[in-house]
Amino acid sequence: MSAPRPNPPMAMLAELTHRCPLACPYCSNPLELERKERELTTDEWKDIFSQAAEMGVLHVHFSGGEPASRRDLEEMVAHARDVGLYTNLITSGIGLNKRRLDALNECGLDHVQLSLQGVDSEMADWVGGYKGGFDRKMQVAEWIGEIGFPLTLNAVMHKKNFDRLDETIAIALDMGARRLEVATVQFHGWAAKNRAALMPTREQAKQARLTVNEARKRLEGVLVIDYVPADHHSDYPKPCMGGWASTGINIAPDGAVLPCHAAHTIKSLKFDKAHEKPLKEIWYDSDAFNAFRGFEWMQEPCRSCELKTKDFGGCRCQAMAIAGDAAATDPVCIKSPLHDELVRQAEADSEADADLVYRVMPT
Amino acid sequence: MSVELKDGDRPVILRGVRTHFDKVRNVWLLLAPERALKLDDVGRAILDEVDGMRTFGEITAILAEKYDAPLDRISGDARTYLSGLMARRMVEAR
Ligand code: SF4
Ligand code: SF4
Repeated sequence: MSAPRPNPPMAMLAELTHRCPLACPYCSNPLELERKERELTTDEWKDIFSQAAEMGVLHVHFSGGEPASRRDLEEMVAHARDVGLYTNLITSGIGLNKRRLDALNECGLDHVQLSLQGVDSEMADWVGGYKGGFDRKMQVAEWIGEIGFPLTLNAVMHKKNFDRLDETIAIALDMGARRLEVATVQFHGWAAKNRAALMPTREQAKQARLTVNEARKRLEGVLVIDYVPADHHSDYPKPCMGGWASTGINIAPDGAVLPCHAAHTIKSLKFDKAHEKPLKEIWYDSDAFNAFRGFEWMQEPCRSCELKTKDFGGCRCQAMAIAGDAAATDPVCIKSPLHDELVRQAEADSEADADLVYRVMPT
Repeated sequence: MSVELKDGDRPVILRGVRTHFDKVRNVWLLLAPERALKLDDVGRAILDEVDGMRTFGEITAILAEKYDAPLDRISGDARTYLSGLMARRMVEAR
């Protein structure tokens, strides 16, 4: 029996560059950051966006690194919009000025997602490792409001800031954001080096859930809050990306096409480059994209578990990182033989007191 | 806070929210930040009349006439639909 043909991708994450003025310790970029010389050209990106629209991608998220580090950002947004994509800019705000925002407005940029490193300059500049970053961001937020871009504020939450969730919500309201993403840190990329500095406590995770629920009620019709809970304190894994290679397609700065931004950690898979092969072929036919589609690849306990159609066995990259096998049950799952060890480690990390390890570009 | 839509309110589809015909899947969608909602005929008919100028009362009167349906039923359906979008910050009542 042959596998059913996968659905077309809904969304594309376009990681234009790994360059970024900030140095967030929870950055999900890989430890081996790509240099500028290895980045795709403007025309290569434009061709990717055309192919994406043709295939059925709806949203394209301009990301990085800091996408504003690319001087051709405006040109790419205009092109993506021309071919019918919904364009979202994921930015720290650093590298944007009023002139560039006006230009993006003229290019038809649909939405801005601004990241928040902390609730005041002391906190934010420390976490982002960039002095003056907070004040600059607040200025950018003001311009975003003046132009009228719809705004989502994205706050990565962790041990050192979870207790300031109320203030985070207040900032989102002040900025006039329509949406707030309260995203508990995920330990991929640079974040994996910062487990002991950033792992929230079980108590913090519990409190955050209460705070979010209360705020959702209070702010209905004013602010939508999306909450990504701490999965190291859960009993069941998240259905990562709705299942491997099912909804999203990710392009790394060097053109590597991935089913998610952490997939490069699975070294047994070979990822094609978008400028070397048609995107369609990569999505439907490549071994890497087909590796964990469907249920055939699963091991026990997932194979005979009825929840497999809901969570798809969890995150493949987390299975890789912790179990050393990308086809294993996500160790977050209470049925995984590694679950107890994962919980013990999470608890130890949440009680530890470690300094931040900043992300650094290769020299 | 809760969402409320009165007959005299003017609903508007917010910036960054737009209808889109998806040629690949052959469906109408409402595209919004991080979301793509499938639009059925009813949803589309309602949103087609939301132009930012008409009041909710005017919209439902137009729909009742166009589809030859009782006003209170149309009002009920349209109110549920639009308040759902208001709670998701895709539509606002002014
Ligand atoms: S997480 Fe921080 S360092 Fe990483 S790309 Fe975003 S702003 Fe830059
Ligand atoms: S055993 Fe596998 S499928 Fe079942 S709940 Fe755990 S991760 Fe999900």
